[in-house]
Amino acid sequence: MSKQLNIVYFAWVKERLGRDHDIVDCPDGIGTIGELLEYLKDKEAVYRDVFSDTERLRFALDQDFVRLDATFDAAKELAIFPPVTGG
Amino acid sequence: MIKIRILEDDFDAGSEISQLAGLGGGAVASFVGQVRGDGSLSALELEHYPAMTEKALRKIADSADQKWDLHGVTVIHRIGRLQLGEQIVLACTCSDHRQAAIEACSYIMDQLKTVAPFWKKEIMQDGTENWVEERQSDIDAASSWDH
Repeated sequence: MSKQLNIVYFAWVKERLGRDHDIVDCPDGIGTIGELLEYLKDKEAVYRDVFSDTERLRFALDQDFVRLDATFDAAKELAIFPPVTGG
Repeated sequence: MIKIRILEDDFDAGSEISQLAGLGGGAVASFVGQVRGDGSLSALELEHYPAMTEKALRKIADSADQKWDLHGVTVIHRIGRLQLGEQIVLACTCSDHRQAAIEACSYIMDQLKTVAPFWKKEIMQDGTENWVEERQSDIDAASSWDH
């Protein structure tokens, strides 16, 4: 059974994708953020462009920082953004 | 007492510091960050992740409260468009002792720069815009508290 995930984007990730969120049906077999990014990159050229260098991206699952190899488990929201620059 | 605020409007740093000082203790330390007039910068645009920002700031303040003996912590961060010289951020700590207050304040700012979900965009005088890149010195400063 596929799982629905809300993906939210910020800063230049949002600008370059041209949208602030996506609702994605993750197919079976996709359990980590890295796997999801590969799946999205296969689907659309804009994802291939924006997600090409994952070193420049940071991730949060349900508002907690996680790494690229984190599994979604029961998470509802994935955020993808550049390194933070507040303060 | 931990107070976290995310504001579009300006804040009164003096009043915030006085309120924290009113909790007692003999030492109050504070830091105010402002928009620096670097070269051809015209303004900053501050974006954040509303669902995560307060949670991340509270986690930093809680962590400071555990590391040092504090009476209170106030963290205020602004969002939206900020002109040159405007206040961006306030971190303020109150303790019985100078060293705890100063160190905790410094720790909060170092952590804030690497784990609070804010992004700065520079608006230049010629109308061009650039997202600010992370700085290695900020990452090093944040990780220096790990040991």
